Amino acid sequence: MRKLPSDLVTGFKNDKLPMHESAMKHVTGQAVYIDDMPEWPNELHVATGKSTEAHADIVSINLDKVKAYPGVVDVIVQSDIPGEVDVSPVLSGDLLLAGDFVHHIGQAIFAVAATSFRAAKQAAELAEVTYAPREATLHPKESLARQEFVLPTHTICCGDPKVAMAKAAHTIKSDIYIKGQEHFYLEGQISVATPNEDGGVVVYASSQHPAEVQKLVAKVLGLSVAQVLVETRRMGGGFGGKESQAATLSCMAAVLAARNGCPVKYRMPRQDDMVQTGKRHDFWNRYEVGFSKEGEILSAEYDMVGKCGCTADLSDGVVDRAMFHADNAYFLPNARISGYRGKTHTVSNTAFRGFGGPKGVLLAETVIEEIACTVGKDALDIRKLNCYQEGKSKTPYGQEVEENVLLTLIEELEDSSDYRARRNGINAFNKQSPFLKKGLALTPVKFGISFTSKHLNQGGALVHVYTDGSVHISHGGTEMGQGLYTKVAQIVAKTFGIDYQRVNVSSTRTDKVPNASPTAASAGTDLNGMAALDAVNTIKGRLQEFAMEHYGIRADEFAIENDQVQLGTEAMSFPEFIKLAYMNRVSLSSTGFYKTPKIGYDRKAAKGRPFLYFSNGAAVSEVIVDTFTGEYKVTQVDILHDVGDSINADIDIGQIEGAFVQGMGWLTSEELSWDEKGRITTNSPANYKIPTSADVPEKFTVKLFDRANSEESVYRSKAVGEPPLMLGISVWCALKDACAAVCDHQFSPPLAVPATPEAVFYSLQAAQAFSAKQKQNREAEV
Amino acid sequence: MPFEIKGFEENILKFLLNDKVIEDSSLPSDFTALRYLREEQGLAGTKEGCASGDCGACTLLVGALEEGKLTYSTLNSCITPIQSLAGKHLVSVEYLATLNGQLHPAQQAMVDCHGSQCGFCTPGFVLSLAGLYENSQAEDMPIDRESVCDAISGNLCRCTGYRPIIDAGLSMVASATKDAPYIELMGKNDKIKAQLKDIQQQEADPVYLRPASLNALIDAKTTHSDAKLIAGGTDLMLENTQRFHDFGTLIDVSYVAELKQLSADDTKLTLGASVTYRDLEDYSQHRYPHIYTLLSRIASRQIRNRGTIGGNVANASPIADLPPLLLAFDADINMMKADGHARTVNINDFYTGYKTTLLGDDELITDFDIDLAKLAQFHRFYKVSKRMEDDISSVMLAVRFAVQDDKITDVRFAFGGMAATPIRAVNAEHCLMNKNTVDEHALEQAIDALRTELTPLSDMRASAQYRLDMACNLIRKAWLELNGTEVVTFSGHGLPESSLNIGGMSHA
Repeated sequence: MRKLPSDLVTGFKNDKLPMHESAMKHVTGQAVYIDDMPEWPNELHVATGKSTEAHADIVSINLDKVKAYPGVVDVIVQSDIPGEVDVSPVLSGDLLLAGDFVHHIGQAIFAVAATSFRAAKQAAELAEVTYAPREATLHPKESLARQEFVLPTHTICCGDPKVAMAKAAHTIKSDIYIKGQEHFYLEGQISVATPNEDGGVVVYASSQHPAEVQKLVAKVLGLSVAQVLVETRRMGGGFGGKESQAATLSCMAAVLAARNGCPVKYRMPRQDDMVQTGKRHDFWNRYEVGFSKEGEILSAEYDMVGKCGCTADLSDGVVDRAMFHADNAYFLPNARISGYRGKTHTVSNTAFRGFGGPKGVLLAETVIEEIACTVGKDALDIRKLNCYQEGKSKTPYGQEVEENVLLTLIEELEDSSDYRARRNGINAFNKQSPFLKKGLALTPVKFGISFTSKHLNQGGALVHVYTDGSVHISHGGTEMGQGLYTKVAQIVAKTFGIDYQRVNVSSTRTDKVPNASPTAASAGTDLNGMAALDAVNTIKGRLQEFAMEHYGIRADEFAIENDQVQLGTEAMSFPEFIKLAYMNRVSLSSTGFYKTPKIGYDRKAAKGRPFLYFSNGAAVSEVIVDTFTGEYKVTQVDILHDVGDSINADIDIGQIEGAFVQGMGWLTSEELSWDEKGRITTNSPANYKIPTSADVPEKFTVKLFDRANSEESVYRSKAVGEPPLMLGISVWCALKDACAAVCDHQFSPPLAVPATPEAVFYSLQAAQAFSAKQKQNREAEV
Repeated sequence: MPFEIKGFEENILKFLLNDKVIEDSSLPSDFTALRYLREEQGLAGTKEGCASGDCGACTLLVGALEEGKLTYSTLNSCITPIQSLAGKHLVSVEYLATLNGQLHPAQQAMVDCHGSQCGFCTPGFVLSLAGLYENSQAEDMPIDRESVCDAISGNLCRCTGYRPIIDAGLSMVASATKDAPYIELMGKNDKIKAQLKDIQQQEADPVYLRPASLNALIDAKTTHSDAKLIAGGTDLMLENTQRFHDFGTLIDVSYVAELKQLSADDTKLTLGASVTYRDLEDYSQHRYPHIYTLLSRIASRQIRNRGTIGGNVANASPIADLPPLLLAFDADINMMKADGHARTVNINDFYTGYKTTLLGDDELITDFDIDLAKLAQFHRFYKVSKRMEDDISSVMLAVRFAVQDDKITDVRFAFGGMAATPIRAVNAEHCLMNKNTVDEHALEQAIDALRTELTPLSDMRASAQYRLDMACNLIRKAWLELNGTEVVTFSGHGLPESSLNIGGMSHA
């Protein structure tokens, strides 16, 4: 590969940064989402019949009334699927339609295609299905007790945790149940499929992974992959929820489109989406830590049980990543981390921004808060003491934390947020405030960047230059609002040396860039930006060669800068030069490719380098709690985050703020709830509450940590999509800190996740009970 | 059937959609404005995010001409029948940029502040902010953080974390006047007013009736005995959009003049059944600040612009917030039968069981009377929910104390979320009757009584234990406030800095 241009040219710091490529279209309503595309007169609409049992054999299905309902054109069951019925992303078990048994409430049993969406929905309610129920496992604690797993357990070890634990001055043994999260992308799952004249199918998918949609549609139809074309222009939000889950809709629409020879749209209304698609995993984490009198962690033993749901889906990677992040930013000299893939008869949980990582990081921060109370220090001091630094830089899985930046970053934020002075002020406030308590926490995040499935760490791009000098870029990444298209266009313009305005972005299509990886793992820009850069360099190399030959100049006399082509002493506009190159038969189109170097994890040894580098950040959150009710307000947030050399600071800050609030929502107002039958009771935005504007503090500052990536990433930038979500953990820790204020930080009371007012209230009660007991003990001694 | 042609020719429904007068005749009674825009007009800028009025992606700005004055407010088009917007000006996102040949200040500010990421929620936010712009400019009122958060309280964004959107709201006036002045307000546009004036009188629709008087309403109810009444429709329409039930004939009561009154005489305040939360907010802001604050915690801006007092009470939900309020004041409910027979029932007798009331099938609520003397007494409302904005109560307490010579002479503890109906804790009230206001022993007795008196349920919003603990603590809070202790209660719109610093320190 060519030398990286980041070593040759300056980055984006001094550029006028472009706005999101679709910003104008967003605000004028012109941006087209799949449901906005014009419908054909013969277009059909899909609804599915859903299981009402968590785990049962299907005894009988009577669809007569469904078929007879006005407007219904087709009704299918599993046996009507022409190809394979399994639409699992990696392993197996996710069936497009249930066969003779069901394993979660809401599982699709049959599908209706009707002339209208309403008719399809109304008809689907008329089926008569009888079941023979079986015992259902609904909780990961039950999965562990019954040893019911979707995949084998994996364990990471370093040092000798048992011996170190026995020697430690203090130990804490406890557990925490961390609930999951609903994605609540504003655009629900949707796909439209249309048969083409060659027996294939064209699919529009709101998907983070069009290549997988293409592969699975081919599978269910019994076609070759090349016969299926999938296009994704944009999603109305994804957050991981459209990585594997989107394929089901495309497959269903494609089967019905092929059967009926017409376009078919499958749009899930919000309630179906919330019932039928996977969410962030719940985790039940049990922990035992040993630490010194000063609070230095000496040993950790963690059992992390993920609630994977009824199938594997992406759970192997999710649980692995939870394990890889159980250290968060802290050195564990001796550790055993076991990750269990708990099987439950609930909807199969899936990717969600952070991909298991947040459940590891939250565990690490819980441990820190509890150590701090045990040794009587400020939690920040415990964080700094244990933070990865020189001499304490090896992760439990053997990867070195090579960049020694965490402590610097934490201290910079400690200063800029005035942490110590605010801590003193809060202590004084709490002493004299009987009803309101304040809390403060600074929490860091260190997040590994690369897919832990090595083969996914590849990117492809296709760049065309037209004779007027306009440029067209396609790549394998999808746009879900994160600004990927904008950043890749910037990279193309910068690498070429031309105006950003010359670069046109387009939808992601499987016939432009094949076999693309999902846009996930925060790696969109890293992979696709590098691939685009590679493609540009190929074209640029050809142009250079042509210029040298045509003008008789040396290689170093050719340059494209500021939209001008330098040819020795002469200069020419880019379009002029391109036209000349075309007339001289220079190829003006190229693919580009990138594969992440250095990475590899030996699963058998549980050692290796799963990540190319780490993205880092820290946040300070302050809260105030009403002790009557447990209600609270987040009053101030300060964030310092490491994106390496930023490609677009406006977009990066948008990602950081958005991820923070999403993480805060996960840990505060967003509570998933199931009843004793396994039915999700939070099935609508009326009972599942994501943050609103009023939940965001007025004092909300985000700064970028000024330092280039030490790895040769694209323009030395760093991935930004997921890591800042875990900064929301500072809010949860601040709430825990406020509750601990009730007992003068003698004890860190358990705080449920999410920390709803109810959870905070009972944490306050626990702190009060602790205080009362202390008092009683003291009195007893006297 | 999804779309039934009713078989009449005359143009029955007329409204102004952006710059076009629309006349339509073939619409079912329950056809939503969202579907009309997207499916009938190809205006796809307005999105469906939830079809339940909870996310705001479908927000429309709607102008109403009343007595020559044209004012705009937002609503959720996903749960609003298009038929209920007869004679109104519907503004969708597509219109704003073309109105003055440039981006509307709300749109420009959203671009400048990076207020969109995935963009799906953006048109809804733009319309909420454009509504705020229109109203603040028309009234010459400054836009502050509180007014921005109020305007977008019913708009969910999952990408940005809201900071840039709030900034856009705060900067839109400045950005509008700085480079490119965006002068014309829709409310002052004579062409729009003239267009609306022409379509104010409309013929009766056989499936969607809009009686203008109480007599006409009674007639309609008599002729269409099976027709459902609709006012704001913010709850009723969920049957249609979530359960896919088709409605037959609907009678819209929001045009009935008698049901819209909101006025006080010497002894009582009268609230018409069709008075919206918005109307009551405007009325109570300076007169009854505690009522005003409670209203800011009920639903969202969009819902409060549409939802009515009568609907909230008649719906009989045990987790509704207005029934406890009305219980605290012993409000009288005035009802009328289809035969014109009127009767008055006190709200204390109105609720008979879970979602059941004394209201007959052929009967409707006309208005509520509240004794002004009781309104003048000490009262507070406390609402506990998972989220400050647009959430349903886990527990809601409405409390009133009458005090004479330091003695409590009357007391009401009225709860939502604690039983199958809105309910008073009568035994707890009794413990405080005729006791000195500072009698803490009496308070403890009241709390003990409450613990045995109420047996709430556990659900996805709260556990039974938490509900009971809250009921007790909220009574304690009210009692402290009665005795002059400064107690902070968080509201949705942030906290004044001063209250954080003094919080609870003046404990009596």
